Amino acid sequence: MSVLVFLDQSDGHIKKSSFEAASYAAKIAELTGTNAEAIVLGTVTDELSILGQYGISTVHTVANETLNQIDAQVYTQIIAAAATSINANVVVFSNNFSGKAIAPRLSVRLKAGLVAGAVALPDLSNGFVVKKNVFSGKAFAHVAINSPIKIITLNPNSYSVVLGTASATVSTFTTEFDAAKVQVTDSNKIIGEVPLSEAELVISGGRGLKGPENWGLVTDLAKLLGAATACSRPVADVDWRPHHEHVGQTGLAIAPNLYFAIGISGAIQHLAGVNRSKVIVVINKDPEAPFFKAADYGIVGDAFEVMPKIIEAVRKLKQA
Amino acid sequence: MKILVCISKTPDTTAKIAFTDNNTKFASEGIQWIINPYDEWYSLVKAIELKEADPSIIIHLITVGLADTEPIIRKALALGGEEAIRVNADSHDSFFIASQIAAIAKEGQYDLVFTGKETIDYNGSSIGGMVAELLNLPYVSLATSFSLEGNNATMIREIEAGEETNKVQLPLVVSCQKGMAEQRIPNMKGIMGARSKPLKVVEPVAAESYTSISAFELPPVKAGVKLVSPDTPEELVRLLHEEAKVF
Ligand SMILES: Cc1cc2nc3c(=O)[nH]c(=O)nc-3n(C[C@H](O)[C@H](O)[C@H](O)COP(=O)(O)OP(=O)(O)OC[C@H]3O[C@@H](n4cnc5c(N)ncnc54)[C@H](O)[C@@H]3O)c2cc1C
Ligand SMILES: Nc1ncnc2c1ncn2[C@@H]1O[C@H](COP(=O)(O)O)[C@@H](O)[C@H]1O
Repeated sequence: MSVLVFLDQSDGHIKKSSFEAASYAAKIAELTGTNAEAIVLGTVTDELSILGQYGISTVHTVANETLNQIDAQVYTQIIAAAATSINANVVVFSNNFSGKAIAPRLSVRLKAGLVAGAVALPDLSNGFVVKKNVFSGKAFAHVAINSPIKIITLNPNSYSVVLGTASATVSTFTTEFDAAKVQVTDSNKIIGEVPLSEAELVISGGRGLKGPENWGLVTDLAKLLGAATACSRPVADVDWRPHHEHVGQTGLAIAPNLYFAIGISGAIQHLAGVNRSKVIVVINKDPEAPFFKAADYGIVGDAFEVMPKIIEAVRKLKQA
Repeated sequence: MKILVCISKTPDTTAKIAFTDNNTKFASEGIQWIINPYDEWYSLVKAIELKEADPSIIIHLITVGLADTEPIIRKALALGGEEAIRVNADSHDSFFIASQIAAIAKEGQYDLVFTGKETIDYNGSSIGGMVAELLNLPYVSLATSFSLEGNNATMIREIEAGEETNKVQLPLVVSCQKGMAEQRIPNMKGIMGARSKPLKVVEPVAAESYTSISAFELPPVKAGVKLVSPDTPEELVRLLHEEAKVF
């Protein structure tokens, strides 16, 4: 038996959420008295032996360039072959875009129960029970997986990595796979910015900011802090900001360490995407704004007066 | 060309979430049920738009649920679709639900299966991928646009911090999200017409359930907001740095 974790790469680099998934997989292996191994597909420039520090004993690679585009069907085929060859009884993914596309397919292929969006280690005291988010962050469910093989997708930012000093063995995995049926004809990614789903700090703006010309109040603070930027739905709907920044029930659900909301009322559908943030800060001129009920810190005030001062104070702090 | 649109029922987005029976059951008393927003606004409306462009397209709706899902499926039929199929089973196991949908999709030889991005209650975002694997078809997840030219579909899908364009030949499974279509409100004609559209009830095929919910839990209540005066915003920065230690 063993635990297998899928490492998601982009442009040759392993994603941060995959390191979390690796640590999480290693802890499950420790709890069940087995090894944690990893698989990464496509050509990777990162040094893979450092995965040993995250508790991974062996990293299996399939360094084939055609795999640099993720095709869920092909990936499933390869990961299933790897899981079978190392006799994995638990397979871990990050609950990100790739995890959401691949894990359900793998679940069918391995006849393995899937819990999507886990937020904690499985409880092994009575079977195999995984805590996950339900009702868009408004509750948790404890879900028992009853099949011999278990698949978990871990929500980003919900498991802290613990670093050791070991080094992982890197080994080439060979298997046959089909050609992709999905043809990717164009791809545009914002490279270099912090992806919202993985960001630890998020600065977000709502309709209270009046127009896209005022977004400097959001982006200046984000830049100083190395934070990602987000927005409420109406802001994306009128194209003040790109759609991938929209958080909430119908947008992205995130759980950063800091969610800093400026001029957002805090409608229940907005909260559904951000209520798992560890610290919530609300800047709103209306003391009755519902967001204050979900906030840890707040200022009842005009964003146009308060924000420049906050940005200045952060700038000073960063220079100190 | 036949499209199968998956419809699920969820509590209204503003519903109060509570549990009964020692936290093992969702407290459904007084809950207003709606069509899962992703299924309604994006996947169903997209199918309807495709049919408006090509009237020979046939749209069927499917839901896996007990008789109490019928009002929801009728509501969906009021927007569009020729007929609905209800698989008479109650389950929260994604594999079980996906097996039912795949069985119907196979039997009816649909060219396209549309699901929503996720259900807003159980948040699995799994059914589409499972159906695709069960049918050995490609699956394009999180599509924000979809167009057809003969048998070739072109889609834009969301990826991390961006998007990509995919081209695939039908048959195909797609999960739909924001951007696919604009929300519509059913008109009187649609509502009246929905009453006479066929709603077939079929019994489930045998399928495994690999998961079961053992309990629910509500998140801990927040301690309450600490307010800083608007005259001293720098104090907020100090608190975030020294007390909350987030930067
Ligand atoms: C099914 C459904 C799904 C939805 N999904 C989402 C979702 O995923 N995400 C989402 O965000 N919304 C979603 N919504 C919409 C949601 O209900 C709200 O309408 C939306 O979140 C409001 O956005 P907002 O807070 O930016 O704007 P508003 O509600 O207009 O709030 C603006 C806020 O800014 C404050 N303000 C104004 N001027 C200033 C100033 N000078 N300084 C400081 N504060 C100021 C105001 O007091 C107000 O609180 C959904 C709705 C439905 C029905
Ligand atoms: N009981 C159900 N009956 C029909 N379709 C469903 C059902 N549950 C989920 N779906 C479809 O699968 C999508 C994803 O659901 P989930 O994987 O549960 O988040 C939903 O948006 C629906 O389109």
